[in-house]
Amino acid sequence: MLAYIIRRLFSTLVVMTVVAFVVFSLLYLTPGDPAAVIAGDAATTDDIARIRANLGLDEPFLVRFGTWAWGLLHGDLGTSIFTKLAVTHLIAQRVEPTVALTLCTLLVAVAVAVPLGVIAAAKAGTWIDRGVMAFSVLGFSVPVFVLAYILILTFSIELDWLPVQGYHNLSDGVWEWLRHLILPSLALGTVYMALIARITRATMLDVLSQDYVRTAQAKGLAPSSVLIGHALKNAAVPIMTIVGIGIALLISGAIVTETVFAIPGIGRLTVDAILRRDYPIIQGVILIFSAAYVLVNLAVDLSYMFFDPRIRY
Amino acid sequence: MSTLALPAARSTSPTWLRLRNALRRHPTAIVGAAVLGIMILVALFAPWLGTIDPQAVAPLRRLKPPSAEYWFGSDMLGRDVYSRVIYGARVSLAVGIAVALFSTFVGLAIGLVTGYIRWVDAIVMRIMDGLMSIPSVLLAIALMALTRASIGNVILAITLAEVPRVVRLVRSLVLTLREQPYVEAAVAAGTTLPRILTRHILPNTVAPLLVQATYVCASAMITEAILSFIGAGTPPNIPSWGNIMAEARSLFQIAGYLILFPGICLSLTVLAINLLGDGMRDALDPRLARRM
Repeated sequence: MLAYIIRRLFSTLVVMTVVAFVVFSLLYLTPGDPAAVIAGDAATTDDIARIRANLGLDEPFLVRFGTWAWGLLHGDLGTSIFTKLAVTHLIAQRVEPTVALTLCTLLVAVAVAVPLGVIAAAKAGTWIDRGVMAFSVLGFSVPVFVLAYILILTFSIELDWLPVQGYHNLSDGVWEWLRHLILPSLALGTVYMALIARITRATMLDVLSQDYVRTAQAKGLAPSSVLIGHALKNAAVPIMTIVGIGIALLISGAIVTETVFAIPGIGRLTVDAILRRDYPIIQGVILIFSAAYVLVNLAVDLSYMFFDPRIRY
Repeated sequence: MSTLALPAARSTSPTWLRLRNALRRHPTAIVGAAVLGIMILVALFAPWLGTIDPQAVAPLRRLKPPSAEYWFGSDMLGRDVYSRVIYGARVSLAVGIAVALFSTFVGLAIGLVTGYIRWVDAIVMRIMDGLMSIPSVLLAIALMALTRASIGNVILAITLAEVPRVVRLVRSLVLTLREQPYVEAAVAAGTTLPRILTRHILPNTVAPLLVQATYVCASAMITEAILSFIGAGTPPNIPSWGNIMAEARSLFQIAGYLILFPGICLSLTVLAINLLGDGMRDALDPRLARRM
């Protein structure tokens, strides 16, 4: 088992190296002169030269990658072209809202979607099942920001129940903090819920057709304990997998959600960086988000041992 | 002695037959196909659908709500939102279809080779794992930040983000197919590698790829809208659904219709493609069909 964990850690390391290499190489692979693009149309040759030096484009590729990767290993993500502040500092300032938003969404989505999927599978073929499937297809089709505006127009502007935009720190009071997270979490969580509900239903249908489920039913166990104790427990691994993979949806969606709801998180930092073409920030954000994504999925992989005692590596 | 005749060759391939039967079983897929068809027609015939120049500004008629004159209202520059939405269909559909085509072909080529040649597989799949660890919208954002805004670059950026998923699919298909007896027979008969790939492996990847392509198309349309919405997509002088909504970002409290109409069109089109994809998947992959 230890050997498996070490092997898995090693492959995570390989993936992260590739991510770093890809993110770094984009600067060299894109057509045209990225320094000129970043500098914009009104730039002087001095500006372009300064940006080229900041990005290290005047050094040979491998030398530059070496310096950059060395800095990365020491927690240095470079400096912003526009504000001249360290990227790590800029990101650290913005971490709280993004973590609050994604965690809140994750909890709500799993708490809603898994029961939905289980009920749909238990009542397969009925209108409940069709309703859940319809919600799932719809959830995949409505983009995050369209849903976000529909929610704001309904619950904030028409009904005046919840704040339109903004973010409150947790330290300023739990209620205010939560109130500002309800709509963003709903908007961000819907596509994620759709995905989890769909996979939960599919896996549950698979498990429910197994012999041991029939045995449990034949023993006269209560339907609910068969459903939860026997079926859901055995469906946990695929569900966990999709919860982990779906984090990518949350990360992409968080950027848009923060823009719509004016939440000062990492997503908002990214969008501001795009407008100023501040590539070091974008580079840093991608690395941080990808690392988070890879680590969450590593944790999910390792959690299989807990959810399914049969899995022993 | 020559009475042992072979049955006449079927004029319809089993794939198409299955597709037709399944579409009959899934009326939602037909609705999806119909809506998608209408959207494509709308995009093609945009100039003849009662539209005016989508870029024509009329400062005196700014932010007019929907009326008989402005069906979908007018925006902050007095441009006709109806015309912009209709023309916007062109961008969204072009990006969706182009990305679906390109990423399918590129993914197919890489996937075929990696699935069959072991040492290439080890290297390429590590790169694909890395690419897949970057959420696709972020990867596209990075590319867009480094290149000049154009529809071509949007297509390129989204394609690059989608390719690894297609490669994964093709590779897993190839790994299963190469163990099939008829492939082993072909190898034993001395068939060359290119011929095995094109003659025995490739045809069997078509059905799953077709399904995957519809999902790629839907996801690419959403990604295009997201990129345009946050200012990293289609250049602002081209009306796209994402752009129209991006411009309305600060105005949504007074002019919600600016977001609503392009938003509904986008959601409807993506929904249509997803319904079509679900129907095709059920038709072409009977094993999955029972579960999903």
